[in-house]
Amino acid sequence: MGETKPGEHPPRILVVDDEAAIRRLLATVLGSSGFVVHQAENGSLGLAAAAAVRPDLILLDLGLPDLDGVEVIRRLREWSPVPIIVLSVREREEDKVAALDAGADDYLSKPFGVPELLARIRGSLRRVVGQAPEPIFRSGGLEVDLARRLVLVAGQEVQLTPTEYEILRLLVTHAGKVLTHRQLLSRIWGASHLEQPHVLRVNISNLRRKIEHDPSRPSLLRTESGVGYRLRAD
Amino acid sequence: MTNDSDDIRPSPEAMLKLAQAEEAQADRGKLKIFLGYAAGVGKTFSMLSAARQRKREGRDVVAAYVESHGRTETDALLEGLEAMPKLRLIYQGVQLFELDLDAVLARHPQIALVDELAHTNAPGSRHEKRWQDVQELLTAGIDVYTTVNVQHFESLNDVVEKITGVVVRETVPDLLLDLATEIQLVDIPPDELLERLSEGKIYIPEQATRAMEKFFQPGNLIALRELSLRRAASRVDDQMRSYMEARAIPGPRTVAERLLVCISGSPFGEKLMRTTRRLADEMKAPWHAVYIETPDTGRFSRENRERIWRDLRLAESMGAKVASVTANTVAEAVADYAGRHNITKIVVGKPTRPRWRELLRPPIVDQIIRQSGEIDVYVVSMNPDERRTATRQRRPIRTIPWAGFAAAVALVAGTTMLCSLVQSFFSPTNMVMFYLLAVVVAAIRFGLRPAVLTSMLGVLAFDFFFVPPFFTLVVADTEYLLTFGVFLIVGLVITSQVARGCERAEALRLREVQTASLYYLSRDLAGAADLVSVTGAVFRNIRESLHAEIVIFLAEGEQLKIISANEELDLDLKERAVADWAFRNHREAGRGTATLGSAGLLYLPLMTATTIHGVLGVRLEEETDYNSQQHRLLLDAFASQTAMALERVRFSLQAEQAQILAARETLERALLNSISHDLRTPLASITGALSSLRDQENLDEAARAELLATACEEAARLNRFVGNLLDMTRLEAGAVRLKYTPCDVEELIGCALSVLDPRLGKREIAIHLAPDMPLVMLDMGCMIQVLVNLLDNSLKYSPPDQPIGINARTDRGWLVIEVADHGPGVAEADLERIFDKFHRVPAPEGARGTGLGLSICKGFVQAHGGKISASITPDSGLTVMIRLPLAPPPQPEVTTHG
Repeated sequence: MGETKPGEHPPRILVVDDEAAIRRLLATVLGSSGFVVHQAENGSLGLAAAAAVRPDLILLDLGLPDLDGVEVIRRLREWSPVPIIVLSVREREEDKVAALDAGADDYLSKPFGVPELLARIRGSLRRVVGQAPEPIFRSGGLEVDLARRLVLVAGQEVQLTPTEYEILRLLVTHAGKVLTHRQLLSRIWGASHLEQPHVLRVNISNLRRKIEHDPSRPSLLRTESGVGYRLRAD
Repeated sequence: MTNDSDDIRPSPEAMLKLAQAEEAQADRGKLKIFLGYAAGVGKTFSMLSAARQRKREGRDVVAAYVESHGRTETDALLEGLEAMPKLRLIYQGVQLFELDLDAVLARHPQIALVDELAHTNAPGSRHEKRWQDVQELLTAGIDVYTTVNVQHFESLNDVVEKITGVVVRETVPDLLLDLATEIQLVDIPPDELLERLSEGKIYIPEQATRAMEKFFQPGNLIALRELSLRRAASRVDDQMRSYMEARAIPGPRTVAERLLVCISGSPFGEKLMRTTRRLADEMKAPWHAVYIETPDTGRFSRENRERIWRDLRLAESMGAKVASVTANTVAEAVADYAGRHNITKIVVGKPTRPRWRELLRPPIVDQIIRQSGEIDVYVVSMNPDERRTATRQRRPIRTIPWAGFAAAVALVAGTTMLCSLVQSFFSPTNMVMFYLLAVVVAAIRFGLRPAVLTSMLGVLAFDFFFVPPFFTLVVADTEYLLTFGVFLIVGLVITSQVARGCERAEALRLREVQTASLYYLSRDLAGAADLVSVTGAVFRNIRESLHAEIVIFLAEGEQLKIISANEELDLDLKERAVADWAFRNHREAGRGTATLGSAGLLYLPLMTATTIHGVLGVRLEEETDYNSQQHRLLLDAFASQTAMALERVRFSLQAEQAQILAARETLERALLNSISHDLRTPLASITGALSSLRDQENLDEAARAELLATACEEAARLNRFVGNLLDMTRLEAGAVRLKYTPCDVEELIGCALSVLDPRLGKREIAIHLAPDMPLVMLDMGCMIQVLVNLLDNSLKYSPPDQPIGINARTDRGWLVIEVADHGPGVAEADLERIFDKFHRVPAPEGARGTGLGLSICKGFVQAHGGKISASITPDSGLTVMIRLPLAPPPQPEVTTHG
């Protein structure tokens, strides 16, 4: 999908959901937003459609009648890096985490607002397009210069520990995308620290104190409860 | 006219009586009595004819026990009727046949024929008398046809004896006659009967030949016939009267009479009872038999007391209401009892004491007559020849107090020596005083007889030693005769008074012991709230006061179950069967009773007015105790107290269950209301908004925006409600599995706030976090939900311009989080209840809660091993405080999110 350039043709979105009402809603909403929508009503049809249609993005419901949603992601990831946004209900957090760890890019809890959905779709598409991150990341009052390892908050330089900087760098390179605890832990501390979430909590807490205006009500570094963290991208 | 119609409406009492009678009849079998006046009138013949008729009508008839005595006509009638095999018993080498009660009960026919109601069963049978067998058949719902001669009825027993000179020992309580639904009089003229006798058509058992000869005198037969006719007629009269009462047919009304007879334990009590019963029958009046216990009662001999007990039982069996009253004097108590029970006639026995004793104390009859006011007093003659039961009583052999007599002799000797020492200082007449003193000492210390002996010996010693001429019994001065006389009289009076006082004290002490043990039991029972403590109290108290071993059976459905028993008791199958009988028949059984008397224990039903709760089995220390009135009264009182306590426990259990049920129902109703209301309301708004957006084309921009905003908000609310319902369901189902992870409290608060972000607007949230908060192990998702619900409440119930405070700190091993608002708060009394499911507090317009939020908080917090409580925020508002243990409870598995 990487070779498709925006503007050449409208992005194709594959909706895999067994609920006709949801498919109908998404087809209407996305169609009117300039996307081409393809639909599949179960996992195997979805996998077949993904191969046939070659969509630019897949909206995947986790509760499918035939295949487990996580299994669908795993099979897709065997041959395709296509962005996958998972749709699921609030009560199935483990499923979301499993889906993200299996390679999904983002998730949305049902019921969701359409603007939120469109923002996530655009974010995911953008991350695919801009493979190389911008050298300077700006969001809210935060400015991160990855080349110079410089972090500014409201124009003032902030001193971060190496670990804090690593966390921030990882979040910046995936700005707007949720990173699970497991993903963060394994990339920063290595696989041996997977079962030690408290080191992550402590560092996130410290990082917030340094970059957030009000650490009790973080606006940049958002917690996705039970799942992971997400850095707000403007 | 209206008055007339009012008058002939049946009175409520009459209707009630009829209803009760019909109800009582419903489950019980019906009793039909074939009543005759002598053997040979054809009772069995009539019974069998009627039975054959029933059988032709298709009823299931069984000859349970019919004796044909080899008469061919009877045998012919028996043909074609199913006859139950008789029970064969060997008693002292003699083969006896009895009614096989168990076989009949098992066969359970519609109608059982049982000949000779008055028959006495062979020893070893279940019941002493056949009429008891019949009662049991009736209780089991089997109709019974039976035969009996009029002389066997308890209340006629003495009349018959007087007429015929034959003592009829086989008696049937009159109660049975009242129980009978039908009485068929079997009557032939005496001439014809005598003719049949001479033709040898009447079977007379050999051993009774002589008695029967006495019986079959024309005069006797005529009298007996009249008795039976009168009895049957009065029965018809009764039915007529109740028929007329029930249907309000006006007719001659009788004045409601009530009779009262006193039981004194005199040998004539039995006669008095029978007379009263006859009087009561003739007057169609209920009657009471009352035993009055006075301080004098202590003087009664043991046999007298036994008689009182027996007379009370007899009166009860003849249908009297029986009571026992304690009072100072008999006359007063009688008048008082009569007044309280609307008695119209009192029956008393004619005094039999010698006339001279009446001079000392007016007879009780006179006292009663004086105190009875408007009540009639019937005085019944007491012929000393009629002391039938009295004379038959053997006097118990008393142990002679030899030691007392020796002491009396010693006392007199001692006094004499003392007197001889002081002889020179006192005149002989004063010596008498020393002897009197000795009499008093003897009376107090050694009882009546030694004291009497002391008086006599005293007189002799005084005469012998101190009255001139000395050392002879001769008296020189006749004046001393007066001294002797007065000394004797005074000595005897003192003796009798002191002895009486002692006896009275003994009686009082016994009474006191009884009252005390009853008091202790009722005190213990009052404090007993459950079955275990009730049975425990009964056990302890009966053991202590009667030294008895007991067993308590309780009803479980239709079965009896042993709840507790003394280990020493050997409760084999037979004992259990006796207990079972007492339970099924609601009557006492076993040792000391007329039913299954060979059992090892006495079984008393634990009954209240409405229900039987179980059976109390008792083994008393001594054989005689079973027949002692004192023990039985106490046991009866214990049994009824126990039954009442059991009933109380049962009722309170039922009430508790009813309460739980009601609470559950209320909750279910609230849940349904909540679901239907809280789901439908947002749906209605959404549907309304969307349909008007679709169909109304003339909407302006502002209206469209408003409608859209409404639909979105309501959808969000619906989502929240569904979330709450799901949480609640998970909590209810116990499906909450906490996933403990180390949590940063600040992050926790941040997450909760971000969930509510769209609704916070400009609301000020004041967060106070203690510095250096540690990470806390908890389920983040659950605790976020708790905070969201608390904050959501604060947002709803407090005005938008008031800040909401969130404080977090640690307190000795606990994490404490408080959410405080400045809304209207909650009434002090409601602080506890706001965490109950579906409890809603009055909310400002539009801020309606589901009544689930706080109960979910409570559920989640408790699942964490924490506590949640509410208090009033200083200067109004509600503060909810959560306390969570910093170290998670040991049990739940700690999992982390990858």
